[in-house]
Amino acid sequence: MPKSYADLLREARAQIREVSPQEVDALPPSAAALIDVREESEWEQGHLPGAQHISKSYIEQQIEGAVADRDAQVILYCAGGIRSLFAAQTLAEMGYTDVASMSGGFQSWKGAGLAFEMPVVLTADQKQRYSRHLLIPEVGAAGQAKLLGSKALLIGAGGLGSPASLYLAAAGVGTIGIVDFDVVDVSNLQRQVVHTTDRVGERKVESAKKSINALNPEINVLAHEEMLVADNVDRIIAGYDVILDGTDTFETRYILNDAAVIAGIPVIHASVFRFEGQLSTFIPYEGPCYRCLYPTPPPPELAPGCSVAGVLGVVPGIMGLLQATEALKVLLGIGETLSGRLLLFDALETEFTELKLRRDPECPVCSDAAVAARV
Amino acid sequence: MSTVYIPSVLRPSVGGAKSLELEGDSIRAVVDALVADHPALGPQLMTDDGDLNRFVNVYVNGQDVRYLAGLETPVAPADEVRLLPAMAGG
Repeated sequence: MPKSYADLLREARAQIREVSPQEVDALPPSAAALIDVREESEWEQGHLPGAQHISKSYIEQQIEGAVADRDAQVILYCAGGIRSLFAAQTLAEMGYTDVASMSGGFQSWKGAGLAFEMPVVLTADQKQRYSRHLLIPEVGAAGQAKLLGSKALLIGAGGLGSPASLYLAAAGVGTIGIVDFDVVDVSNLQRQVVHTTDRVGERKVESAKKSINALNPEINVLAHEEMLVADNVDRIIAGYDVILDGTDTFETRYILNDAAVIAGIPVIHASVFRFEGQLSTFIPYEGPCYRCLYPTPPPPELAPGCSVAGVLGVVPGIMGLLQATEALKVLLGIGETLSGRLLLFDALETEFTELKLRRDPECPVCSDAAVAARV
Repeated sequence: MSTVYIPSVLRPSVGGAKSLELEGDSIRAVVDALVADHPALGPQLMTDDGDLNRFVNVYVNGQDVRYLAGLETPVAPADEVRLLPAMAGG
């Protein structure tokens, strides 16, 4: 016998426990998973603090990603308390044992004067452009908004900085600073993919800005056309959230390290030699810094740069993209960074090796004694 | 015998080998054996005072010997020793 809407609603009410907004508000933080099952346009008008958004039409597909434990307490809500009842029935059918629906929904919540949050709202263009990020629970709209509000600084628009800059721009890192005083040379083009043949002779910062904005016009590119030296490093790095070190001299690497430690800015380090690369993430005071890893630079004959020793073009490509990956994780606050680990890449053997790094208790820059001496 | 991995920048000094099998029950013994076979490595790895140069890191099974027992760090036959100088290229 066919059932009417009233029949279905009666059944749902009989099956599903209902809780009042006041009861939900009184729950200790993270006692229950709060799921907002309204449409996206409704979510954008405000939601319960700590709630996750899964619209009712996606509840079967997405609930297991949001709530893995079927015995966890799950409270669903919608605008008025009807859709959440039906969605709760679905969860019960899927084996969730402690599901409730908030009576009266978001309207009652708001009407009772309880606190709510406004979600980050991306524009329609941004939702399309970053749709593959928005589908990942670890990024989502909130993570994408974080990236759009982030500032990353690239030291060097060369072999490492080229791929990193393009992918950070594509990912929507809102502000990308580039420090480089060089001009594009035809010999750069074997690996420095942010530049183009018709820009040979052009300033690298300008060339990189053109490529970045051609890929993603909403990125604010800040050109620092100067050599990074002790006198300007503090001014240049100020205000950035993360720095990607892609320079080709030890001097610059040490100057950057020392200033970034003091400023408390994470540095994603990479260096390359022929078929090999090294990569680590230096998070000030949490893990080692560059000086903990290499207290002193080697003599020039032991560490020739790419212009002397050569490099397989894809090696800085791979290492630069690993830097970009680390930078995105740092900005989003997700995953495990390479802090305390050095990753070695050998392209000839297609081999990755990981070494353990430690903070040097006698580091002249990041040790407790060095910090105390600066105060 | 432990396996000592030679970074590419030092390979010309050891006839191009990527790794070498060397005898020695400590880092000092292994490095001494390496330098005895390939004297050109001596000044690149060691200071005049017989210490490791500060710009060459030495790892045993992925751990920096500076935080173990330095040159006296014991080395077992199956251990992997890795020499690692800094590289600058970008």
